[in-house]
Amino acid sequence: MAEQEKTMTLEEREATLGGIGTARKRKEDIRFIQGKGNYVDDLKLPGMLFGDFVRSPHAHARIKSIDSAAAAALPGVKAVLTAADLKPLNLHYMPTLAGDVQAVLAEDKVLFQGQEVAFVIAEDRYIAADAVELVEVEYESLPPLVDAFKAMDADAPVLREDILDKTEGAHGARRHHNHIFTWEAGDAGVVDQAFADAEVTVKELITYQRCHPAPLETCAAVASMDKVTGKLTVWGTFQAPHAVRTIASLISGIAEHNIRIIAPDIGGGFGNKVGVYPGYICAIVGSIVLGVPVKWVEDRIENLSATAFARDYHMTGELAATREGRITALRCHVIADHGAFDACADPTKYPAGMFHICTGSYDIPAAHVSVVGVYTNKAPGGVAYRCSFRVTEASYMIERMIDILAHKLDMDPVELRLLNFIQPEQFPYNSALGWEYDSGDYPTAMQKALAAVDYDELRREQALRREQVARGESRKLMGIGVSFFTEIVGAGPTRNCDILGLGMFDSCEIRVHPTGTVTARLGTKSQGQAHETTFAQIIASEIGIPSDDITIEEGDTDTAPYGLGTYGSRSTPVAGAAAAMAGRKIRAKAQKIAAHLLEVSENDLEWEVDGFTVKGLPEKRSTMKEIAFAAYSNVPEGMEPGLEAVNYYDPPNFTFPYGAYVCVLDIDVDTGETEVRRFYALDDCGTRINPMVIEGQVHGGLAEAFAIALGQELSYDEMGNLQGATFLDYFMPTAVETPEWETDYTVTPSPHHPIGAKGVGESPNVGGVSAFSNAIHDAFAHLGVVHMPMPHTADKVWQQCDALGLGD
Amino acid sequence: MEKTHISLTVNGAKVEALVEPRTLLIHFLREELDLTGPHIGCDTSHCGVCTVDMNAQSVKSCTLFAVQADGAEITTIEGLAGADGGLHPLQQAFIDEHGLQCGFCTPGMITRAYRLLQDNPNPTNDEIRNGISGNLCRCTGYQNIVTAIHQAAVTMAAEQQEATE
Repeated sequence: MAEQEKTMTLEEREATLGGIGTARKRKEDIRFIQGKGNYVDDLKLPGMLFGDFVRSPHAHARIKSIDSAAAAALPGVKAVLTAADLKPLNLHYMPTLAGDVQAVLAEDKVLFQGQEVAFVIAEDRYIAADAVELVEVEYESLPPLVDAFKAMDADAPVLREDILDKTEGAHGARRHHNHIFTWEAGDAGVVDQAFADAEVTVKELITYQRCHPAPLETCAAVASMDKVTGKLTVWGTFQAPHAVRTIASLISGIAEHNIRIIAPDIGGGFGNKVGVYPGYICAIVGSIVLGVPVKWVEDRIENLSATAFARDYHMTGELAATREGRITALRCHVIADHGAFDACADPTKYPAGMFHICTGSYDIPAAHVSVVGVYTNKAPGGVAYRCSFRVTEASYMIERMIDILAHKLDMDPVELRLLNFIQPEQFPYNSALGWEYDSGDYPTAMQKALAAVDYDELRREQALRREQVARGESRKLMGIGVSFFTEIVGAGPTRNCDILGLGMFDSCEIRVHPTGTVTARLGTKSQGQAHETTFAQIIASEIGIPSDDITIEEGDTDTAPYGLGTYGSRSTPVAGAAAAMAGRKIRAKAQKIAAHLLEVSENDLEWEVDGFTVKGLPEKRSTMKEIAFAAYSNVPEGMEPGLEAVNYYDPPNFTFPYGAYVCVLDIDVDTGETEVRRFYALDDCGTRINPMVIEGQVHGGLAEAFAIALGQELSYDEMGNLQGATFLDYFMPTAVETPEWETDYTVTPSPHHPIGAKGVGESPNVGGVSAFSNAIHDAFAHLGVVHMPMPHTADKVWQQCDALGLGD
Repeated sequence: MEKTHISLTVNGAKVEALVEPRTLLIHFLREELDLTGPHIGCDTSHCGVCTVDMNAQSVKSCTLFAVQADGAEITTIEGLAGADGGLHPLQQAFIDEHGLQCGFCTPGMITRAYRLLQDNPNPTNDEIRNGISGNLCRCTGYQNIVTAIHQAAVTMAAEQQEATE
């Protein structure tokens, strides 16, 4: 084998490596295409029982009584748990990732429709479903609060009786019983002055509607307490397995080394599977009490009703500018609807996530934001759905405000952006809200996008079409939407990023075996993002062993080094860096071994693809395969045998991917239906590890953005009834509605990242929604329309057409 | 609840079982026969991750009772293979064209695509998109799935051509 390798050309060796930059096929696919994935609900353990919830039909009510006798008596039912059973274990409430507490099972009252009230455990899911129907709960209705703007009224109903006396919340003072936090960034005084002096100002309420990530696999867990060994094993849909283990230990009292969390294959996460849900806790308690494994799998109605929703941000955005269009200040006030419990998965210091990235791609000298979080009678949460911790909200607000300012100034929205861009020479750029952007060349990306779509020609076509519509010759409004987003990912530096105190570093451990193949484990957890392939590619490039010979493992806390998991596009920036750094430790040791094998000094060697060559003597080579065996058989005097390394990476900064998206669409004025004609997405995510994977991520994120902009909403009526918690109502685009995508790129590496990579998974959802929404608005811009709230359903768009007298 | 005897063929093998009348076919396949390829993703038969091939038709096994499969011939993703016993051209195409990410929709999607191509061996892109409109995907944005199905159609047509020559 070694001889064969020695006769391969350099090109062949590079191709064999399958390292950074190659569009190699995915390693994980082989099991999925044969139906051999291992998802939580695939698990079948001897004696395993099935758990199911009794849930509240009311949004706000007192619980007068719970009668579970009939349910418990049903043959095959093993237990019915209520808050009374969890209270002695102090598990009737659990801490949330945002410093609040959430009821595991409702004690005195219920606070949202769908809230967990009792947990039935039975021999199979059919008996459990029967038993759920037999539990009788007597409720006394209370007036529900569903309007976030009314949450802090003097006469607003009291929701959280459990924290009524708490005047200090997790993020500062609480000034009302429904107040969670107020968070601010920037300089209000300077901004107020800028607005007072401004030649032009615009102000608009931009609402980002409540929606839900809705991965195809719902949340699930199997808990198995081994009474003999005292070890608790929990398989679950966990995007952050180690954090779940630490939290489970803290709240259960079981020592952390006696808890094993396994996140197997996950059928999509998108942030829905970061937090801890009552179902996980109840399954664990059930297993401890009954001594057998307990499985909990929620159905789709439960998933949409009760698990981490996304957005629900009401943002009043304001821009001050010169009459030439130079922006002088940004001000934004947000009402954040968190539902009944603040279950947001934000880093501790940032209850509004990274919302203060909202100066976006623009050089805005003064800015101030304030976010007020409130409780309502809705499902708990806030941060989810490919949002990078509120970056989707921030980016939507600024991209809409830019278009609104352009509209007011009668300026082309691209011209206004070009005028206000942070320029390449300004990087690293310190924003008015405190971020240091790592790198970017915005004008180049924008010009590339404009050229690719022939923007000027599109505007000419639109001008002609407007005349045709006015003359009655066409019944289709044409819209051109532009979005130039900058987002912030890769949470994050431990000095300001932690989740419940756990620093947001991440890790990689690499072990090279004697025969030259590799096992590597990381603290992240893929839910489809191709980690088994891309991390192998990073390591392949660093240590010169083909990615085909590198197995990547994630998700088992018994073996994987500690990490904070996968969400917010953090895997490549943080764990990818750890992989590179661990790889470099291995290469450094390999160099010493090579020097020993070749009987030269270390300094006489140079690295070439998959081994070391003596400088000036290319035929004197030691391949990594040879070095690997030598690590176990022939190391230099004084060196430890073996060839492995671990790195825990604390990133020095976030990374700032960006992109230029252009959307062209046509709106039928008689039906309000939108047809997306073209969608062009240029992304700059720094160094591109696998172009095929990146393209796939962009396609998927854009499809989700399309769904959000054109139809997804979880809305509540005035009684707190969730209107449409199934796919009958919640818009899930099929292959028919979903547009085709064109992807493109520029490469501006991150200067602080070991391989210059920034991460890309969430960019398309960040940039995509603005592009779609701006395109819809652009179709009406010449008719005086300033802002229309999403989702831009056919019905709502038709209402706008009708109001303008455009329809029949 | 009194159980009913059913007898059917699944992935080429004869199966006999006693099932409750209300047992859904998807649960029977996954929990009795341990065929965990087909999945469950919704409550309203929209998502299609439960798709199997029954009596030469694509069906959503979440919306069928096991008793309705009495006497039927069923193929799940586990029963798909190429002519030589290796990967089916659809399976290979999904790998080649990056037509999957989390893999959860993939068994149902490929099983549906299998019947689509049996019924229409040379579909246009629009026909493919319409043909898989009963199968949702949240990860891929569909584009690579459509390319994969088209590629498989080309491969299968070439194999067919070779076989007849």
